[in-house]
Amino acid sequence: MDTILEGGFSSPVLNSQTAFRAVMDALANPGTVQKLVAPLSTHRRLGPELVSILLTLSDHDTPIWLDDTLRSDPAVTEFIAFHTGAPVVAEPGRAMFAFASAAAALPRLDQFNLGTQEYPDRSTTIVLAVEALTGGEQLVVRGPGIKDHGHINLVGLPEDFFAQWSANRELFPRGIDLLLVADGAVMGLPRTTRISEGH
Amino acid sequence: MTTTAQYNFAYLDEQTKRMIRRAILKAIAIPGYQVPFSSREMPMPYGWGTGGVQVTASIIGPDDVLKVIDQGADDTTNAVSIRAFFAKVAQVQTTTRTAEATIIQTRHRIPERALQAGQILVYQVPIPEPLRFLEPRETETRKMHALEEYGLMHVKLYEDIARHGRIATTYAYPVKVEGRYVMDPSPTPKFDNPKMHMSEALQLFGAGREHRIYAVPPHTEVVSLDFEDHPFEIQHFEQPCALCGAEQVYLDEVILDDAGGHMFVCSDTDNCEERRNAGFVGSLGVQEAAE
Repeated sequence: MDTILEGGFSSPVLNSQTAFRAVMDALANPGTVQKLVAPLSTHRRLGPELVSILLTLSDHDTPIWLDDTLRSDPAVTEFIAFHTGAPVVAEPGRAMFAFASAAAALPRLDQFNLGTQEYPDRSTTIVLAVEALTGGEQLVVRGPGIKDHGHINLVGLPEDFFAQWSANRELFPRGIDLLLVADGAVMGLPRTTRISEGH
Repeated sequence: MTTTAQYNFAYLDEQTKRMIRRAILKAIAIPGYQVPFSSREMPMPYGWGTGGVQVTASIIGPDDVLKVIDQGADDTTNAVSIRAFFAKVAQVQTTTRTAEATIIQTRHRIPERALQAGQILVYQVPIPEPLRFLEPRETETRKMHALEEYGLMHVKLYEDIARHGRIATTYAYPVKVEGRYVMDPSPTPKFDNPKMHMSEALQLFGAGREHRIYAVPPHTEVVSLDFEDHPFEIQHFEQPCALCGAEQVYLDEVILDDAGGHMFVCSDTDNCEERRNAGFVGSLGVQEAAE
């Protein structure tokens, strides 16, 4: 029981402000790596980065989806219930936020809520823990928030991420937004970002 | 850190901040699209920048340096009171210098000095819907945005030309963001529209009464609507600022007496002050110094 009550931010108001600014800067400058605030404790698969974003953005108004590993761990669901009060939903299509501990546990992107043409803001924001934000295969990113073009070198993306992301980009203004986390930092890929191979 | 009695940091409660923060993130992900949010009562009336204040309150941290301008001026009522508000409820440092600010809340101007990466410009927006005066029904304007049906706006600009021989819209001049959404840049003079295009700074827009938040990320295409034979043009002033002699800046007309005397001075007071400190003098500036 103790592990459920413990944790959270050491300074909830100021830490969530700092974490939010990291997430905001990440989405406003896609492809850049922004440092997150570490929470006091983590829960095995629910790493510090996922906890940090969870505490910053979710509450009783935000249905959240968890991958199987996270959802089957009572320590995780009880931690979420105590610290955020967010309802956990089984269908990815109903989630405002989705938290995945690994790319393999993530359903196809189009399984999530893509928003509607009238209300594209109602789509799911997916928070995915990857192996690393740097050191992988180089991809080129373009779009709003990126001066000319930028590079990303993620490790641990879903298998056919490239094709899935292009399909997501095609839906604009509908589509999911992606927050990738690893090593205490976050990278944002909003639906506007175009990803291509090359240099 | 000391906190003001009975108020949370930056006035708003944490649940409200989270709700506004979520709206801001979606606004950034869909540039130019107006995200509905649950606007709160603020300790100031609607029309005094409640939207901008709520956005600022949700993003501001103790390390931020805040500048607030009202029609380009740092020393007018709205600007002074909002600056004092955040100095009190968030204990942040405030400034009038554009270069020193991390967050600039503005009512209807963009500073003359080019904004830098990392700066955030927060606009106070009275009517966020650019199509509202053409179509009063929200259900219809929402559909028009969904279908990218902006013909009506072009008809409006065309009627301007038919009536006045040119596009007569001088402020709140509609722009298209990233080739998709038509957006109201808030009632800034159209002089400022080109500054929004590919800006280094993040631009956030808050409309409190109308419950909308929208955004333009840095390095985003913002194009003012126009026609091939009537291209978009900004205002030009025949004379430089009377105090600092600046050209290529937006000027306000100031009435000097009841005999028709007037002068044109910089709308951006910080820019004017900096220039005067650097030794630039306009036609009436010398006189003032001699008095």
